[in-house]
Amino acid sequence: MTAQLDEAPVADASGAGVASTRSTKVKKGLPLGSASASSLGVIVLWMSLLVLLPLAAVLGKAFGSGWHGFTAAVTQPATASAIKLTVVLAVLVAIVNCVMGTLVAWVLVRERFRGSSLLEFVIDIPFALPTIVAGLVMLALYGGDHPFGPYLVGTRTGLFVTLLFVTLPFTVRTVQPVLLDLDRDAEQAAASLGASAPSVFRRIVLPQVLPAMASGAALSFARALGEYGSIVLISSNLPFKTEIASSIIYGKLQDADHPARSTQQAAAIAAILLLASAIVLVILDLLQRRVARRG
Amino acid sequence: MADLALTPVGAPAVTPSPARRRERITATSVGLRTAAIAYVGILVLLPLALLVYRTFQPGLTEFFNALSDPYAVHAFQVTAVVAGSALAIDTVFGVAVAILLARYRFPGRRLLSAFIDLPVAVSPIVVGLALLLVYGPTGWFGPYLESHGVMVIAAKPGMVLATAFVALPLVARAVVPVLEQAGLEQEQAAASLGANAYTRFVRITLPTIRAALAYGVVLTVARCIGEYGAVLVVSGNIQGTTETAALRVGNLIETDLNNNAAYAVAFVLVVIAVAAILIGAFIRRRKRI
Repeated sequence: MTAQLDEAPVADASGAGVASTRSTKVKKGLPLGSASASSLGVIVLWMSLLVLLPLAAVLGKAFGSGWHGFTAAVTQPATASAIKLTVVLAVLVAIVNCVMGTLVAWVLVRERFRGSSLLEFVIDIPFALPTIVAGLVMLALYGGDHPFGPYLVGTRTGLFVTLLFVTLPFTVRTVQPVLLDLDRDAEQAAASLGASAPSVFRRIVLPQVLPAMASGAALSFARALGEYGSIVLISSNLPFKTEIASSIIYGKLQDADHPARSTQQAAAIAAILLLASAIVLVILDLLQRRVARRG
Repeated sequence: MADLALTPVGAPAVTPSPARRRERITATSVGLRTAAIAYVGILVLLPLALLVYRTFQPGLTEFFNALSDPYAVHAFQVTAVVAGSALAIDTVFGVAVAILLARYRFPGRRLLSAFIDLPVAVSPIVVGLALLLVYGPTGWFGPYLESHGVMVIAAKPGMVLATAFVALPLVARAVVPVLEQAGLEQEQAAASLGANAYTRFVRITLPTIRAALAYGVVLTVARCIGEYGAVLVVSGNIQGTTETAALRVGNLIETDLNNNAAYAVAFVLVVIAVAAILIGAFIRRRKRI
């Protein structure tokens, strides 16, 4: 997720100056020599040991007792309710981020004002904070320790606000570089021909920003889907109310009575989250290729 | 080219536009700015300020007592060791992957590029579960490793694996665009003049990617220090042994019910995160010049 976040400023920084004129995109590239081939080998081996085999193990465990074992695990009432809650929350978070993230990015790019660098700095905080600290930050306001601030511990609103907090930078940081690169001639032409500001935004700006908004929303969705650390303090893990998919997985792993069965059930839920992440990654890749084609 | 053609037409049209923009500042802009500032302020700044307030409300003595608690000191040490090891692994891996992706063409290149991004889209708890299933006591490799005296799960190696997993692509993603921009000419020129791979890396590649690498490292440090979910699952969360600073924050709230101490440890992590953002912004701004 962060990957996409970083890419933008880095590319932007080097592309802004003279570099863009001599940007020789490596299209052909070098063939592998013996040194590069062996480093590729080491990389693939490390990737397999660290990422691919473990993820394969999750899928293997999830479907180890057949399709039936998988469906039995994820249709348990508490589990099904948690998965549903997680997905619904992630969708809502993505939608709100789409709107508010674009608004904040717009203000950062087009409405520079005194203090906007502070705003810029604050945007990055949720991203750099450890998730458990983000949870504690939320608890500081919504934990009922002080006279103001609603008490949101053990409520779905609490989960929702916390997810908005941790996903705040995603849409802002994907939309911002696109807005910066936008050619303003078309907007000025439209305005000079009498188009109102909202219609300039809707007809000219929005179509160009839409892929970035969508990829920001996809990143927010993926993050919200798997979030655990920031949620754990405010959710209280109430079954059928505030228990999310990640907490169920963790709960299953702590079950000492039937470790084998619980692990299989945990893997089944994890497989659903993995599948959702994979779909989001594919969508992101398609979106980015579309953005790249537009140049 | 399009710009050149438009210039004569565009020049007179530009003159009235500043006036119009100034006009807009009084109208819509105020609303937009207020909305953005209010949203970010209420969502981020207000609770963060309250956290700082809650940290120092009990007084400085209690703050420093909470941080000099032996378990807290140990937790920070564990965090330093685990995050440091994961950082070293991810940096070497990230630079190597970036060089391969930016300069070479080989079968499976797109696939490798896609898989690099996978770890950031996976739930930390699922990362922990995945490592458990392979390296745990009943996992694929766990029993074999254990019989050779290597404990991975509920020990530091597993925590390093989990941390390295979640921060895997950050360095590579920061470095790849810079390498692609730089192209191959310098590299090929140096090679044709007889520089070997090591010399080319130290004299050409490293100076090219220096700023991007530093930026990727800062992001990786921030991510590694704060990892919670994945480390929670693989570490066993044993106080005084595998408890990291981030785990300690959770434990202090949930099991010790000592909120003041939790705020103190969390405050240190906030300071580290803020420092990481400032350093990252500084690197980015200097690179732009």
